[in-house]
Amino acid sequence: MLSYALKRLVTVVPTLLVIITVAFFMMRLAPGGPFDSDRALPPEIEKNIKAAYDLDKPLVEQYLLYMGRILQGDFGPSLKIRDFSVGELIASGAPASMELGIAAIALALVIGVSFGTLAALRQNSGTDFSVMSISMIGIAVPNFVMAPLLSLVLGIYLDLLPTSGWGTGELRYKVLPVIALALPQIAYVARLTRGSMVEVLHSNFVRTARAKGLRERLVVVRHALKGALMPVVSYLGPATAAVMTGSVVIETIFGVPGIGTYFVNAALNRDYPLVMGVIIVYAVLIMLLNLAVDLLYAVLDPKVRYS
Amino acid sequence: MLLTTLKHAAKHAALGVGLALAISGAAQAEKVLRVGNDGEPQSMDPHYISTVQTSRLTDDMFLGLLTYGQDGKPIAGAAESWTISEDGKTYTFKLRDHVWSDGTPVTAEDFVYAWRRILAPETGAEYASLLYIIKGAEEVNGGKAGPEALAAEAIDDRTLKVELTSPAPYFLAQLAHQTAFPVPKHAVEEFGRDWTKPENIVVNGAYKLVSWTPKVEATLVKNDKFYDADNVAIDKVIYYAMEERTAMQQRFRAGELDVARDIASEQIDWLRENMADSLRIAPYAGTYYYVFRCDKEPFTDARIRKAMSMAINREAIVDKVLRTGMLPAYSFVPPGTANYGEPAYADFKGMPYGEAVEKAKALMADAGYGPDNPLKITLRYNNAEDHKRIAVAVQAMWKQIGVQTELFNTDGKIHYADLKQGSFQVARAGWIADYNDPQNFLFLMESKSGPINYSKFNNEEYDGLMAEAEAVSDLDQRATILREAEEVAMEGQPVAPIYYYVSKQLVSPTVVGWVDNVPDKHPTRFLDLKQ
Repeated sequence: MLSYALKRLVTVVPTLLVIITVAFFMMRLAPGGPFDSDRALPPEIEKNIKAAYDLDKPLVEQYLLYMGRILQGDFGPSLKIRDFSVGELIASGAPASMELGIAAIALALVIGVSFGTLAALRQNSGTDFSVMSISMIGIAVPNFVMAPLLSLVLGIYLDLLPTSGWGTGELRYKVLPVIALALPQIAYVARLTRGSMVEVLHSNFVRTARAKGLRERLVVVRHALKGALMPVVSYLGPATAAVMTGSVVIETIFGVPGIGTYFVNAALNRDYPLVMGVIIVYAVLIMLLNLAVDLLYAVLDPKVRYS
Repeated sequence: MLLTTLKHAAKHAALGVGLALAISGAAQAEKVLRVGNDGEPQSMDPHYISTVQTSRLTDDMFLGLLTYGQDGKPIAGAAESWTISEDGKTYTFKLRDHVWSDGTPVTAEDFVYAWRRILAPETGAEYASLLYIIKGAEEVNGGKAGPEALAAEAIDDRTLKVELTSPAPYFLAQLAHQTAFPVPKHAVEEFGRDWTKPENIVVNGAYKLVSWTPKVEATLVKNDKFYDADNVAIDKVIYYAMEERTAMQQRFRAGELDVARDIASEQIDWLRENMADSLRIAPYAGTYYYVFRCDKEPFTDARIRKAMSMAINREAIVDKVLRTGMLPAYSFVPPGTANYGEPAYADFKGMPYGEAVEKAKALMADAGYGPDNPLKITLRYNNAEDHKRIAVAVQAMWKQIGVQTELFNTDGKIHYADLKQGSFQVARAGWIADYNDPQNFLFLMESKSGPINYSKFNNEEYDGLMAEAEAVSDLDQRATILREAEEVAMEGQPVAPIYYYVSKQLVSPTVVGWVDNVPDKHPTRFLDLKQ
């Protein structure tokens, strides 16, 4: 298993190289540049700025310069927030995004799996229908509706939590964004768990376990759940990467200092180095988590063996 | 019983905590102003700034030769006095005896250094062209001359002499703009690019940066070395970066902000009804307009431009579509602009709309277009709800005069890149003045202005009048000539002004000293909080 993991890690490098290259050139294909704004710059000033950021060099040369810098761990300066380098911006934003993301995923896992299992055990009952309907709402209501609603109700009407902001990172500022981030995930996980749980409960090995006279709790927790979690685990890999790199909507509405908004804003601003920086972080994270998922398969499913 | 006892205990505990807080509060009596700023600051270095959201912070931290007063008008800043030569081209400033926040004296050399730095080609400063009025500046910035070619000279530590290319009555107002701020030579040279980090920054204004967390807040505290520190009431000002207007408004409602620098316009009715004592809408030095590409068919024909401009029902856009107190625009320079008087309005101002439509139809017919031969054009705008609503309304208005309009929207970067390159027929644009003077609006239609003259308007009479005005130092005479130029533009309509901007913000009644003004400048040093 170790050698499998190492082999997988080695493939990360070429994959990353492809991602960086494609992202670099695609970004430059987008019309408009970082310094196009409502006031067109006089030509000599535009020339000065482009020179200051090497944007006047041929694209291939810019690419090589960029790759060279990345190898030295330098992601370059942000073109929009000029007092910070891309590295500094990511370092200052990533902890908040990851913290919220991990909390949301943990919440989704605990609540989602519990409700999903409950619904499966009481298949086609009132409990099942209500859990599934609520989770359908959780999936259907977009977070740009849910988030302001939460902030309005809990922040203004009930005055229980701050409407938005981050303070100095106190817990009360994190409650609403975690809930808003977790809700759709809870819904997905509950539905996935229910679906596979229903299937597993009808499988032979569960029937055998029951025939042996095991208590129902043991059958569900020790035998059925393990098998039922497979699709959830597959889903969680990319979902965790996505949630940990922040959400544009949640961050904007709750004023979270994460890196999620950079994906959109930096792209809209044509802040090339910043876009590249967050893409690289996302790509690395998603590859590592996918690897973690594959390794988890082996733990959960005795049929999966890596050599 | 137990419950009652518990409640009592809780109450006492709360009282105790409250008391403790009150006592510690009294001991500090710190006045903190919390401002919701509608954008992330770009930099604390005055030479790398191009947004008003950023200038709010640097205006608090740096003192130009002149600076914005409480009412937004320029007042004496780092200079305590100045003299102007008879031809209006040479200014001599006497600097105030004051120091940087680290105790180093502010000298005339700091200004010369700063201006040479912003103009140096390798600095790559977006806004450098604002200083082109200083002799030699354009050559230095274009790399055609060395820094010493700039006609700004430190006669001694406290005397600065500046020569201009032409008498520019707006020069003094320009000196309050961040492009003309001094920078501390000693700190910039010591720390390089990092000189604006909180631990290194040195300022000569009322406030100093102590922390900046991207996307969250930047905190400034009172600079005790500021020359007028005795009259500065607010101890600390926190600028929260909040691009989401609804979220900002909610924080204001929850009492977490004292000032919100923008509002969620779509909720204007609710705000007027429920937050009237905080809502502030005031004229702002800017014009929202549509620009016609004048050097390409069909807009080479001034009749078509005029007809289409006439057919825009500005009152309906302002009153029915936007409803946030904007004023319909019939001139490019907004009324109330300094050194100008009443602007030159288009001749269809005041004409009943029905009549304007008829006249516009006649003009279109003259130009060869009518119901059987409709003019087909594309109107471009950048993504934003208001731009879209206006475009849809104008599309319907133009339909009445036989113009078939296709709407085309893109993100801001593409929009402005295409405007600059001239890839459009009619497009939405806006202009906010950098300094309060008609020239700062009218130069946009001068042929020599290059890419920013989006319309590619190339009118000899207009260019001639603008050049003539530049050479005149008498303010009244200059205003008359500029007005004549604007008349030419309003007749030719390379641009169709639609409305004059307003500033829209929420200011808590506890904030004292906030004066609505056209440049929308509200330096924290003039504000206070009711306790």
